[in-house]
Amino acid sequence: MDARKKKRKVLLMGKSGSGKSSMRSIIFSNYVAKDVRRLGATIDVEHSHVKFMGNLTLNLWDCGGQDAFMETYLASQRGNIFSDVAVLIYVFDIESREVDRDLDTYSAIIEALREFSPNAYVFCLVHKMDLIQAEHRQRIYEERSALIRSRSEQFRVDTFGSSIWDQSLYKAWAGIVHKLIPNLTVIERFLSAFAKKIDAEEVILFERSTFLTVTSVSSEVGDLNPIYDRHERLSNIMKAFKHCAARNTLTTPASAGFVVMHTKTPQFNIFLGRFTDNTYIFLVVPPGEAAYNCAVLNTMLAREGFSKAAASGRSDGFPLPPPDGPEDATMNGVAIQA
Amino acid sequence: MAFPHVRRARSMELDKKDRLSNPFHLRHSNSTKSVKTCAQLSLEDILQGTTNAAVSAQARALLEPSVKPRDAKPRLLLMGLRRSGKSSIASVVFHKMPPNETLFLESTTRIQKDSIHSFMDFQVWDFPGQLEYLEPSFDLEDIFGSLGALVWVIDAQDDYLDSVARLNRTILTVQQYYPGINVEVFIHKVDGLSDEYRTDAYQDIIQRITDELNDAGYENAPVHFYLTSIYDYSVFEAFSKVIQKLIPNLSTLENLITTLGNNCGFEKTYLFDVLSKIYIASDTRPVDMASYEMCSDYIDVIVDISELYSWDHPLRKHKGDQVQEAESHVVLHDETMIHLMEMNKYLCLVSVIRNPEAREKKGLIDMNCRTFQEALNDVFSRSWEHPEDHATN
Repeated sequence: MDARKKKRKVLLMGKSGSGKSSMRSIIFSNYVAKDVRRLGATIDVEHSHVKFMGNLTLNLWDCGGQDAFMETYLASQRGNIFSDVAVLIYVFDIESREVDRDLDTYSAIIEALREFSPNAYVFCLVHKMDLIQAEHRQRIYEERSALIRSRSEQFRVDTFGSSIWDQSLYKAWAGIVHKLIPNLTVIERFLSAFAKKIDAEEVILFERSTFLTVTSVSSEVGDLNPIYDRHERLSNIMKAFKHCAARNTLTTPASAGFVVMHTKTPQFNIFLGRFTDNTYIFLVVPPGEAAYNCAVLNTMLAREGFSKAAASGRSDGFPLPPPDGPEDATMNGVAIQA
Repeated sequence: MAFPHVRRARSMELDKKDRLSNPFHLRHSNSTKSVKTCAQLSLEDILQGTTNAAVSAQARALLEPSVKPRDAKPRLLLMGLRRSGKSSIASVVFHKMPPNETLFLESTTRIQKDSIHSFMDFQVWDFPGQLEYLEPSFDLEDIFGSLGALVWVIDAQDDYLDSVARLNRTILTVQQYYPGINVEVFIHKVDGLSDEYRTDAYQDIIQRITDELNDAGYENAPVHFYLTSIYDYSVFEAFSKVIQKLIPNLSTLENLITTLGNNCGFEKTYLFDVLSKIYIASDTRPVDMASYEMCSDYIDVIVDISELYSWDHPLRKHKGDQVQEAESHVVLHDETMIHLMEMNKYLCLVSVIRNPEAREKKGLIDMNCRTFQEALNDVFSRSWEHPEDHATN
C-alpha cells in the first residue's frame, strides 16, 4: 500500500540567473510573473516539498546555479545531490552568450546523473523565449534543442520552450508532472470511460493548487478543436482569476479557489468542480440544457464513488480501484442518461 | 497576468438578429401616444421600481432635438499636454493593448479619430498635445460642436502647473460658446506616486482649477476629477463614469438594476460593455474596487474560455435546447458567487452574490435576469416610440 505513496526527488538546475527559482515560485508558490523580480539569487540548494495529487510528493531541490555551487555539486556533494533522482529539470537561458560553456556544464551534470541515477527522466527547458522575436522562436528553439540532445548521452530528453510571461510555462510543467504521476493509466482509463458515458467533448483534470493539467481525454469531436495549447491557456486563465479572487477577498492565493463554475454558451457548456481533494475536473459538453445537467449530476455521482472507494481504505491518495477490480462498481454509480 | 497575445474579437457572438439598432440615434417621433407601450414592459414580477411615469418622462426628455441629426454620435475629446498619456489611455481602454506595451506608442501628430461601435456609438478624438486648438484657425464648432465630454489628462508625475493653466484657459474659452460642457480631469500616472503625494497632488490640482474658475466668474463648473493609471482598473472606472454621463437613459437603467438587485439579493451588480470592460450602469450601492475587479476579470475568464471552445465544425452537434445567451456563474472559496449573463451583443450583466439564501435560488435569479434583459432591450430600442416595429419583431 505504501508503495503508492511516492516521494520523488526533482532536481532543478541550470546556470545562475536562468530563471529556475522564478518558475518554481510561479508554479508552486502562487507568484505572479511580475513579482519574481523580487527574488534574490538562490544560495546553495533550497529544498521544498510540494504535495501533488495526494500520494505524490515532489521533493524539489532548487540548486543555485553560480559556478562555485556547480563545482561543489559535481565534486564534494556529488553523491548527495545526484543519488535517487527521479527527474532532472535543466534550465537553459535562451539569451545566454556562452552556449558552449552552458552545454559543457550540462554534460558534466548528465555524466554525474548517469553515474548515480541512470533511470531518471531529464527535461530541458529553453527558457525566456519571450525575449526572442516571435518569428524566430521556433527555429532558434529547434536548433538549441538539437544541440542539447547531442550532449545528453543515453538519456531521452524532453525539451520545452518556455517563458514565465505566457502559457508555455504551464505546458512544460504539465509535461513534467505528467511523467511523475503514479497509476496514471488507471486514471486515464477511468476518465475516458467516464467521458464516453456523459458524451463529453473533453474532460480535463487539473491539480488544485497549481492548476497544472494532470491529464485529459477528448472525444473524436473534441480532438478536432483547432486550438492545441488550450490546456495551458486554461491553466493560465484560471490561475490568473484565482489570483484576482484572492486579492479581492483578502486571502492568500494558496487558500483561494473555486467551489464550482458553470458556463453555458450557444457553442459549448463547461463545468468545473472539485473532484478529489487535489484535483478539479473540467468538462466540456455540447450545448443542451438537459444533457448538461445530467453530465454535472453524473460527475457528482462519480465523485462519490471515488470517495467511497477511498474510505474503504483501498488507497490513500487518488482513490482509484486497482485496474482489474471493482472499476465496474464505480461506474455503476454513474447514472445513465435517459 | 500579462498576456501578450493581442486579444480577440468578440467571442460570445450571437447568431441572432441584432435587436439593438443604434440606440442613441434619435428618431423624431411626432406623436405623444408613443409612450403608451411602456406599460408593456411587463416587469410586474420584479421591477415595480420603474413606474410608467418615470419612463415616460425619460422618453420625453430624449425627444427634444438638441443634437444635430447629421452627427448624433457623442464625442469624447482626449486633451492634455504632450506625453501625458492620452494615446496610452485610448489604446488600453478601447483597443485592449496590454499596459506595458504602451511604452512603444509613437507620439501623436494629428488628431486621431476613433469610432467606437458598441452598445452606443461614440467617437474618441485623441489630440496631439502640442496642438494649439484655441487659435482662430481652428473651427471651435467643428471640435466641440457635438461634444460628449472633454477628458483632460494631467501627468501627475510631472510638473502639472502648465497643464492646469492650459486647462483653465480651455475651459474658459469653450464654456462661453458651449456652456454646461462636461470636463473630466484625469490625474494620470498615479501608479508611480506614494499615497501621500497622490492625495496632495489631487487636492492641489482641484484647488488650483476651481479657484481659477471661480475668480473668472465661472462658479460650480461641471469639472470632475479622477485619479487614474493604466496599470490598474482605475482608468476603466474613470471612463465608466465619463461614459455614464453620456447615456440618456442612465437613471432608468440604474433603477432597473437596483430593483433587480434588491429582489435577487445581489450585493453589487454591473452592466458591462464586454469589449471595453467599461461598466455603463450599476446599482446605486457604492462601487467598491474589489467587486469591480472580480466582475471585470470574470468577463475576461469567460471571453478567454469561449475563445478556446467556440470553434465551428460540422460534427459539433447540439444535444438539446438551450437559451441563446451565454450564462455563467462561479462560486469562490469563501462562498461568494459571481453571476454573469449576456444581455445582447455588447452588454453583459455581472453580479456579486454573498447572501447564502439568494445563492440557493439560482433558477429565480436566471429568470429575473432574463426579465431584466427584456426590459433593457426595450429601453435601448425605445420600443414605446414605434410600437408597430416592435410588434413585428
